[in-house]
Amino acid sequence: MTTVYVPCDSAAVAVGADAVARALEAVDGITVLRNGSRGALWLEPLVEVETDRGRIGYPAVSAPAVAELVAGGMLDGGDVGGCVGVVDELPWLAGQQRVSFARVGVIEPTSIAAYEAHGGYAGLRRALSMDPAAVVEEVVESGVRGRGGAGFPAGIKWRTVAGATADVKFVCCNADEGDSGTFADRMLMEGDPFTLIEGMTIAAHAVGATEGYVYIRSEYPAAVTTMRRAIEIAYAHGWLGERIQGSDTSFDLYIRVGAGAYICGEETSMLESLEGRRGEVRAKPPIPALHGLFGRPTVVNNVLTLGAVPMILAEGAAAYQARGVGRSRGTQVFQLAGNVRQGGIVELDFGVTLGELVEGYGGGTLTGRPVRAVQVGGPLGAYLPPEQFDLPMDYEAFVEAGAMVGHGGIVVFDDTVDMAGMARFAMEFCAAESCGKCTPCRIGSTRGVEVIDRIRAGVRREENLVLLEDLCTTMTKGSLCAMGGLTPMPVQSALAHFPEDFGLPPAVGEAAEEAIPDEASAAREGTRP
Amino acid sequence: MRQRGFAAPAPPPPMDSQRAAAVRAIAERHAGSRGPLLPILHAVVEELGHVAEEDVATIADVLNLSRADVHGVVTFYHDFRRTPPVAHRVELCRAEACQAVGAQAVFDAVTQRYAGDEDVEIGQVFCFGNCALGPSGTIDGRLRGRLTAELVDAELEASR
Ligand SMILES: Cc1cc2nc3c(=O)[nH]c(=O)nc-3n(C[C@H](O)[C@H](O)[C@H](O)COP(=O)(O)O)c2cc1C
Ligand code: SF4
Ligand code: FES
Repeated sequence: MTTVYVPCDSAAVAVGADAVARALEAVDGITVLRNGSRGALWLEPLVEVETDRGRIGYPAVSAPAVAELVAGGMLDGGDVGGCVGVVDELPWLAGQQRVSFARVGVIEPTSIAAYEAHGGYAGLRRALSMDPAAVVEEVVESGVRGRGGAGFPAGIKWRTVAGATADVKFVCCNADEGDSGTFADRMLMEGDPFTLIEGMTIAAHAVGATEGYVYIRSEYPAAVTTMRRAIEIAYAHGWLGERIQGSDTSFDLYIRVGAGAYICGEETSMLESLEGRRGEVRAKPPIPALHGLFGRPTVVNNVLTLGAVPMILAEGAAAYQARGVGRSRGTQVFQLAGNVRQGGIVELDFGVTLGELVEGYGGGTLTGRPVRAVQVGGPLGAYLPPEQFDLPMDYEAFVEAGAMVGHGGIVVFDDTVDMAGMARFAMEFCAAESCGKCTPCRIGSTRGVEVIDRIRAGVRREENLVLLEDLCTTMTKGSLCAMGGLTPMPVQSALAHFPEDFGLPPAVGEAAEEAIPDEASAAREGTRP
Repeated sequence: MRQRGFAAPAPPPPMDSQRAAAVRAIAERHAGSRGPLLPILHAVVEELGHVAEEDVATIADVLNLSRADVHGVVTFYHDFRRTPPVAHRVELCRAEACQAVGAQAVFDAVTQRYAGDEDVEIGQVFCFGNCALGPSGTIDGRLRGRLTAELVDAELEASR
């Protein structure tokens, strides 16, 4: 029997992986296993055949091509169908520092035996043998920061929750991942769900929580199914529920599904939604760590934040802390998206430059045309020109440049992009997804669309540019959360770096950077948490 | 559950039609869990196709909420459709990463093509998490990448 892997990840399925799996299952002498995706999404469906040399990869396989590939010797690792050789040795993959994604694409997602065989549950085993306070300190020392966008130190948040007393405490995982250009949360949940479950259980043990919720957006049905299945399996193996592995720690974990509202990724809106209400943002303080779900102390962390925790506990804070630059410690799971030749997951230590990611790992644009702009950090992130490709991926360096790392999504655009159109879209998106609680965001975004339309049409351009500037300032300063507070970021960065698209003279060098008002970049740090 | 907004008039005594009985059964199934309203509304849409006006009173009754509260939640979220579903639904991503590879043109072509077709409903979504293989969309719930208007046609044909 030859073992053949066909990814079950949604991105692979979206380009035909299920049909490929069915075609292979019909061939004699093959055991088909469904792995997650390696993250080399431009190669999907990437079929892997297990051989003495390692797992040999066949890219972009289609169901009708299976017979020919098999006849050509694919099952012996033969050189057919654009074979990429041993997948682990692909320079694109071998050059990465896979920590959070170490198992994704390698194992069958819901095989708990494979999970443990690949180092799974080592972190929780160690945590359970430690005093909860020591676990919190280990996470503090690792320097891991929130991956959901704000970059707040996770350990400090945990310390606050641990120090609070209440009848019940919660751990909530933010799996709303609404940012365009991001898919790492989805791929971890679909490809290695036990990592998230383990991370949440460590958090529960550390802060004294007994109940947890994963809030997954409804656009991710496969992640919901895989997570539910993994939770069932974890219960059956004594990794969830009463007295986990005979310890004094008990933890129940539930999945909740969002309902198509981007704002529910904002943590207080998510908590409202989990409680069964409209996803309207709550004013802070009180902070969720003290007054969170149902008013109880609550850890709210992103999927990747919690997903980094098992490794931190397994290998110690020092190993994690040793990676990265400045105050950005560890690895970041970057996501290359949009008009990019080699789109997918690139996990590297913080500090890699934007250019190395886009031009190196990404291989430039899919269309082969020059890169004109990239948007980093989702729909509320800045648009940057290739002149800024030497920026290191580092929270502080990005803030300084009037941008944000956010959830690590990088969306690439070629030179056909209309940046005034993208600025308009940022306002349109804000108008569509605003929770409606405050006026600058709810009304300002609609006005923003109209003003940009007038600028594009050349109607009283100078006057309307001043109006747009005022509007952006009002939104930045007067919004309750970063939805309204950061929407000016893509708008103003587009205007600063690509003024010619708005009918203005082109930007030159320094002038572009000065055109981004300081308060806007300062607000980013303040409002996104 | 905290009261929000104005107080709705007391609901009329529930006179359970067949639909109301089904909704009540769904609501009661989830009533014991924390924050049950979203799971209930999801289940109603999944099992009965949409959230009808009359369902609001039934759910409010089971959860001991005001009808205004439940109505407010139903209308806040895109997923809780209030009209019966049509035979086929296409959802196309209009977010940035898909726009970078021509999603807007696909969206325009598809909406135009099915404008008069009562069996096909076209909706917009902001991101499916398939942003490296856009334009993305779903056809009757099946996620597809590298979409073109022609591929949407072919997928719909396969569904019909
Ligand atoms: C409009 C808006 C959308 C957000 N969307 C997400 C999201 O989809 N996922 C996420 O983890 N955090 C999101 N956040 C950040 C959360 O509010 C919060 O900071 C985060 O979940 C905390 O977890 P972390 O510290 O692990 O990052 C969003 C914030 C704002 C203002
Ligand atoms: S800024 Fe927008 S999304 Fe945030 S609270 Fe105000 S209205 Fe709601
Ligand atoms: S932007 Fe279209 S799938 Fe993410």
